[in-house]
Amino acid sequence: MYNFDFEKPESVADAIAALQGEEAQALGGGQTLIPTLKQRLASPSTLVSLKGIAEMQGVCMGDDGSVCIGGATNHATVAAEAGAYPALADTAAHIGDPAVRNRGTVGGSLANNDPSACYPAAALGSGATIVTNARQIAADDFFQGMFTTALDEGEIITEVRFPVPEKANYQKFVQPASRFALVGVYVAKYADGVRVAITGASNDGVFRWAEAEAALSANFSASALDGLSLSGDDMISDLHGTGEYRAHLCAVMTKRAVSAAA
Amino acid sequence: MTQVTMTVNGKAASGEVEGRTLLSSFLRDELKLTGTHVGCDTSQCGACVVHVDGVAVKSCTMLAAEADGADVSTIEGQANADGSLNVIQQAFQDHHGLQCGFCTPGMVMSAAALLKDNPKPSEQEVRDYLEGNICRCTGYHNIIKAIMAASGQDVGAIAAE
Amino acid sequence: MPKDGGIGASSKRREDVRFLTGVGNYTDDINIHGQAHVFFLRSDIAHGTLNAVDTTAASGMPGVVRVFTGDDFAGVGSIPCGWQVTDKHGEPMQEPAHPVLATGKVRHVGEPIAAVVAETLEQARDAAEAINVDITELPAVVDMKAALADGSAKVHDDLANNLCYDWGFVEENKAATDAAFEAAAHVTSLELVNNRLVANPMEPRVAVGDYARGTDEHTLYTTSQNPHVIRLLMGAFVLGIPEHKLRVVAPDVGGGFGTKIFHYQEEAFCTFAAKACNRAVKWTSSRTEAFMSDAHGRDHVTKIELALDADNNFTALRTETHANMGAYLSTFAPSVPTWLHGTLMAGNYKTPLIYVNVKAVFTNTVPVDAYRGAGRPEATFQLERVVDKAARELGVDPIALRRQNFITEFPYATPVAVEYDTGDYNATMDKLEEMGDFAGFAARRAASEAKGKLRGLGVNCYIEACGIAPSNLVGQLGARAGLYESATVRVNATGGLVVMTGSHSHGQGHETSFAQVVADMIGIDESMIEIVHGDTSKVPMGMGTYGSRSIAVGGSAMVRATEKIINKAKKIASHLLEASETDIELKDGAFSVAGTDKSVAWGDVTLAAYVPHNYPLEDIEPGLEETAFYDPSNFTYPSGAYACEVEVDPDTGKVSIERFAAADDFGNIINPMIVTGQVHGGLAQGIGQALLENCAYDDNGQLLSASYMDYAMPRADDLPMFSVDHSCQTPCTHNPLGVKGCGEAGAIGSPPAVVNAVVDALQSAGKDVTHVDMPLSPDRVWAAMQ
Repeated sequence: MYNFDFEKPESVADAIAALQGEEAQALGGGQTLIPTLKQRLASPSTLVSLKGIAEMQGVCMGDDGSVCIGGATNHATVAAEAGAYPALADTAAHIGDPAVRNRGTVGGSLANNDPSACYPAAALGSGATIVTNARQIAADDFFQGMFTTALDEGEIITEVRFPVPEKANYQKFVQPASRFALVGVYVAKYADGVRVAITGASNDGVFRWAEAEAALSANFSASALDGLSLSGDDMISDLHGTGEYRAHLCAVMTKRAVSAAA
Repeated sequence: MTQVTMTVNGKAASGEVEGRTLLSSFLRDELKLTGTHVGCDTSQCGACVVHVDGVAVKSCTMLAAEADGADVSTIEGQANADGSLNVIQQAFQDHHGLQCGFCTPGMVMSAAALLKDNPKPSEQEVRDYLEGNICRCTGYHNIIKAIMAASGQDVGAIAAE
Repeated sequence: MPKDGGIGASSKRREDVRFLTGVGNYTDDINIHGQAHVFFLRSDIAHGTLNAVDTTAASGMPGVVRVFTGDDFAGVGSIPCGWQVTDKHGEPMQEPAHPVLATGKVRHVGEPIAAVVAETLEQARDAAEAINVDITELPAVVDMKAALADGSAKVHDDLANNLCYDWGFVEENKAATDAAFEAAAHVTSLELVNNRLVANPMEPRVAVGDYARGTDEHTLYTTSQNPHVIRLLMGAFVLGIPEHKLRVVAPDVGGGFGTKIFHYQEEAFCTFAAKACNRAVKWTSSRTEAFMSDAHGRDHVTKIELALDADNNFTALRTETHANMGAYLSTFAPSVPTWLHGTLMAGNYKTPLIYVNVKAVFTNTVPVDAYRGAGRPEATFQLERVVDKAARELGVDPIALRRQNFITEFPYATPVAVEYDTGDYNATMDKLEEMGDFAGFAARRAASEAKGKLRGLGVNCYIEACGIAPSNLVGQLGARAGLYESATVRVNATGGLVVMTGSHSHGQGHETSFAQVVADMIGIDESMIEIVHGDTSKVPMGMGTYGSRSIAVGGSAMVRATEKIINKAKKIASHLLEASETDIELKDGAFSVAGTDKSVAWGDVTLAAYVPHNYPLEDIEPGLEETAFYDPSNFTYPSGAYACEVEVDPDTGKVSIERFAAADDFGNIINPMIVTGQVHGGLAQGIGQALLENCAYDDNGQLLSASYMDYAMPRADDLPMFSVDHSCQTPCTHNPLGVKGCGEAGAIGSPPAVVNAVVDALQSAGKDVTHVDMPLSPDRVWAAMQ
């Protein structure tokens, strides 16, 4: 790693101030950032840990019935405390491994927007609202391609609000080495329609499968997906699967998520 | 360089660290607690698992500065007060749950974290919990058996000596 | 009844206590006062001309002690290869030089170009970024068949081509073998890949070089399976340090699996740099470095053909293999596809005619050498796959076809130059059928199908040759080393023993099992025996641990030395007891005179040896210490039968192992608990090869699987509980313990069982699939079904 200064502010305001420094970077749980730093693929001058900010910790219920998760809340806490949204808690319970879940944060995962991460699918599939120190961003506007989001420099995710659906489920088909999603499909049924978000598959990062959403909104059953498919042409093709294979898995996992939705 | 202070295995420990100093490096190089091992650089293998404030973390993927003020437990602090092996360690020896010993500290620390949360895990629960701990020697069979035995479950029905 | 000590007891491992409490002593735990750290600048280009390496800026960076390039090693030898194979025309293999740091060209991604020694590792790494390397990229040689085509770029410009050797075995059998194929009633052929693997011991390699100017003595602490071999190769061939000025220590080593046998550049560098810098120099590999610098394993592409007569008897076998050597010849690389592979092609079968052709090829990839099994997994995989395919083509039961062709009389001389001393292949197959509950398979398949899954059962046999090896034989075959083993047994005055063995334990539990043997021979408690290994300053010249040789060869040396001890102790006892030596019996740690109640305790005899007041000084010397070197007269031949049951998810191609049974014949067993653990580990690595692991390069020679993010290691949830049995025992006839070796069997025997099972599952669904190349990852299985 290149060296850097380390700061651990105790308020959002102090964190934002610290992030104004040149080449300052926010540190959530570090489960992606620290391995990246070890490879010397990033060279921040200052890392600003968000873990000391009490107001960014924990899970609560919003006035509108949504599950609100502090941006610095780790996956294990979400798994344990987001019982009001079981599919979300279950998603968090299967990210990485137990030690990773004790460190990694929802804000860190969303801000990184790894194309194979689970939380972007949950957020997009739930139509979540990403709350930052400056504004609120709809999930549909937040994810802007692989490792790219709507966040500005020095802007941090303070909270994520997940509307609780009638039913939801996340199906992850893991890449056998990294255990990230080779394909992960998040399906959520709301009163006003069904959302289907897919991670792991696309070169553009997490995306919604509009055709499947329309079919499922009309008829929320796996059979409604019969005959629907995605093209593998623009999907990730690597050592672990071709684009064609990933496209196939998208359909299989979507059906399974619908069948398992609760 | 900044000063960090933490409790390690019940004793106060402090030292000078750079921002980039990993908790694993601090434990190994500064405190000479070389029982915590580093087997990869992508946070996958789990040889470096320690407990920070009571939960399992990968000490190679946490900065020493992040552990400032924390209560840290490592493999060196696991034995009973009289120096004898604790229940998990003893079960690993009894059931041949280790061979080369390199992944073992992380395995024992993960097992301790699992049993704290789930005192009677099923075989599948143990396997799932160990997703982040790689062993190249044992094929996991005897590790699973040892952890289940340490939880007080009868492992007599599980094959082989 | 299980024993509670000695040979046959599942004694708990004494080494576990230090490992479980975090006080083991692995190489990276060793820090020497004043040590500096080295970072190797490694090539990120697979093949290129190295025009210039400018270290000016780097040399002035903070903390830098010295920057080394290939020029600094101008007076130093090449990293040697320990085995010279002779090709089918009687010519020696092509053998390129292997520099410590690259000179002239870079030949694989990861090859070290320069090395920075600095106060801290991060400073060394900072400075390495300031080294200016000028490389002209050349076309990368990656595919083995393309490498042999006319006009291919050459990995080594000073060699005629990329062919290391073209080996034929047994060349004299070729014409008869071809004729048998002409006459065959049925021929089954199969083309397959034995996938490239990375051994991945959990402890990455480490080297710490130290130098004492006052005595001109070098010490190297290294993660090695064989410190004497490193001392010999590095001292005599690379650095020119006499062995009496070079100590090599391999302390606790965190797994090896073959890849820590070999002598590596980093060892030579740290030893050299410690003197050049006059301070200790330490290198600790990162996992990423390990992927691009540890010797890889396997990587064969094979066509195999099996000829059968009208009664389904095997009449001939013919194979053609391309074996990847990588860019340089690692220590034992040439032997793996030849003498450790061709000699095993008979397997468990009495096929009368066999011809094996192997073309070893240089490519711009990391060197390939022995990995758990080394040649024998490749042989077993081909053979057991083609036999299974033949059974399916002929519509006969795969087990029956195997049984029909089993060798049943021993000793048996194969047509590929080895003689099996003992075995009972029907016995292990009988045991397997019982363990595997084959009768219940149909019901289990139906249950799987009810869940929408396909279920398959795969069975295979294996034979392997281990206990490497008779020195005079391997010398004829090209080995540049002897393959005996040594032991010194030192008895202390108060009766305790120290055994210094040339074998090296890096997970195998020698400290426990070796002590069991000696305890049993003398009749004393295991706790009275200490096993010392891994330090050339303590242990007699030994060849180390690989090829499942420790108990068969190292254990035999220890038995011979202990026999000498007992013989001398009997002489002393006979003097003390005033009886004839021939009447002295040793039992339960006491010497007695046969037919009398006169006896003297072990400790009284050992004390007399060192306090020889009442002692036959005119006949024997004082003291009680003996050394033995044991050179085996033959290999040992463990064998067994394995069964795997899989479920395949037809929607995703994902394979899960539902049951795995292994019935092995390891001859006599010293510690059943340890033996079972060795089998478990081997099975995990074999299943890993079959389902998960794949070391892949792209067409430019870039390593695609350079971390655990892309190289799939078997994890706890990938594997089942194993059913393991080693009650079928046909003891080895030519070593004193009757033991055969168990370390590699699981990795040798398991891949074909997995693939046979998956093919069975896919065919059960009517899929016309006869083979899928390993690893049977979900995408490959799914693609095969389309």
